[in-house]
Amino acid sequence: MTSVCVAGAGTIGSLFAAFLARVADVSVLTRREDQARALNEHGLRVSGRADFTARVQAAADPAALDAELLIVACKGSDLAALAARLEGCFAGATVMTVQNGLGAEEVVAEHGDWPVLSSVTFMSGTRHSDVHVQYILDTATWIGPYRGTTGDDARRVAELIVSSGLEAEGFDDLRPAQWSKLIFNATVNSVAALTGLPHDHHFAEGALGDLVHRLVNEGKAAAAAAGVELGEDPWEMNVLATKRGHAHRPSMLEDVEARRPTEIELINGSLVREARLRGVPVPLHAALYELVKSKEASYS
Amino acid sequence: MRVCIVGCGAVGSLFAANLAQLADIEVWAYDSAADHVDAINAGGLRLSGAGDVLGRLRATADPAELPPCDFGIVATKAMHTEAAIAITAHAFGDGAVATVQNGLGNEETIAVHVARVIRGTTFPAGKVLAPGHVQWDVRGDTTLGPFEPQPAPLDEVARLADACTRAGMPTQAVPDARGPQWRKVIFNAATNPVGALTGLTHGRVCERPELRSLVSALVDEGKVVAAGLGVELDADPESLIDHAARRDVAYDHKASMLQDVEARRATEIDYLNGGIVRFGREHGVPTPLNEAIWALVKGVEQSWRQ
Repeated sequence: MTSVCVAGAGTIGSLFAAFLARVADVSVLTRREDQARALNEHGLRVSGRADFTARVQAAADPAALDAELLIVACKGSDLAALAARLEGCFAGATVMTVQNGLGAEEVVAEHGDWPVLSSVTFMSGTRHSDVHVQYILDTATWIGPYRGTTGDDARRVAELIVSSGLEAEGFDDLRPAQWSKLIFNATVNSVAALTGLPHDHHFAEGALGDLVHRLVNEGKAAAAAAGVELGEDPWEMNVLATKRGHAHRPSMLEDVEARRPTEIELINGSLVREARLRGVPVPLHAALYELVKSKEASYS
Repeated sequence: MRVCIVGCGAVGSLFAANLAQLADIEVWAYDSAADHVDAINAGGLRLSGAGDVLGRLRATADPAELPPCDFGIVATKAMHTEAAIAITAHAFGDGAVATVQNGLGNEETIAVHVARVIRGTTFPAGKVLAPGHVQWDVRGDTTLGPFEPQPAPLDEVARLADACTRAGMPTQAVPDARGPQWRKVIFNAATNPVGALTGLTHGRVCERPELRSLVSALVDEGKVVAAGLGVELDADPESLIDHAARRDVAYDHKASMLQDVEARRATEIDYLNGGIVRFGREHGVPTPLNEAIWALVKGVEQSWRQ
């Protein structure tokens, strides 16, 4: 695998593009022309846990690019529009989604017959500009098969990512990890977005900790009904994350503070829909899902 | 008859200025805001809006100045009840004290300091425009009744109700005043924090079917707790919610808790949803949604201290 295209140059996309450019030919599909120009001109700078500038080829037109591996790394709220633009392009590529929540693979798979891999990523960073991303948490990306792919395909992509300097692991079944992260994300993101609190000790103690615990338990019941044996325990992930020293600001909190659309549909929406489909009551998740959607509605 | 208003904000001022119109009543007001107190003493307490009233009364920020009073009317925000009654209680050694505050638990707090307590609920509303000047937004009824564990006798309650009514604040004295109180608490607990968490006005909250059902689910939990306490609601809080959503009533109204959150002021959540949860626990009634909303709004308050 020698050519990779990263679609969506946000924080996660920029990290993948810059690191992979050290071991493969990397192109970047951007939304904006000026962003593509800036990347072609300046390259992509990484700071934080690493310090280098990568050469990448960027374009805003998908027809101008080709690759063996296409990593779809846009935010969930931009996914439907991006997936539609990919239709008819990247023939022969394997497509990997990295969006939060559930259902990104389906959205992408509707627009072409590419083999598809699922992934969830736990790495994090801060995007300082179109051409500069800071690498903050060097946690892994987990990859698994979705359509027309196998665990070996997932492990090959993981190996490529690891050789570039990022952490990754391939699995035969991604759902245990995907659901653990889904429950964790749906809970922590919506509570942070509604309270304005960063992911700190309030999430693990007192009345708010109780609420977080109940939300996690609702999510576990939904996972069990979906026949998924969870990977990591989402409550333990929560407690551990609050003890890291610096309090992370979940993306949904940053989105509501900037009055941007959030990933609520893909994250909380998919959890609530999965639970309802299986007749599992999730009244607290349903309440927080609607509260965050209503908060978005208040922008206009 | 001598009456002291404890906490002369918007609601306290409505009672103070109107009662001061009566020749047979001497009105005092205790408030901790010195500029407001000075303005009242210098030029009187002015109401405008739903009624134009100028009340001449004696205001003070020094509780030691208060003479013995026949009645107190506590109108502070619920989180200030304890502090306000603790320093004014000496004026009510022979009197009875009523609360016209929001939420649950004010009567219990007052009863720690005063022998005879009057449970109360009031619907008029307004806002302080400037020191000595309050806008009267909405007229409405007040209900008073004996606080059961430490009651003022009903005829004493009736004397205060009669004075308020004669002053232009229609007030009923009833043997059990819990019905209107719980109706208002359930209404406030189901709508105020939802507005505060989403930023939506009351009308827009009610237009979103899923959000409107969350409001109803909060109401339903409150109704079960009220029933568990043996409280008979005087009317369904749901009709109050629908009525307020009308374009000609309060469609564009930002809940007071939303205003508090936008100004980063402490909210009354502990006495609304927090009160429903506490009474629910005491009577074995689960209130998971009120508990969630309580925790979220407390989280909002905690986020200001980051």
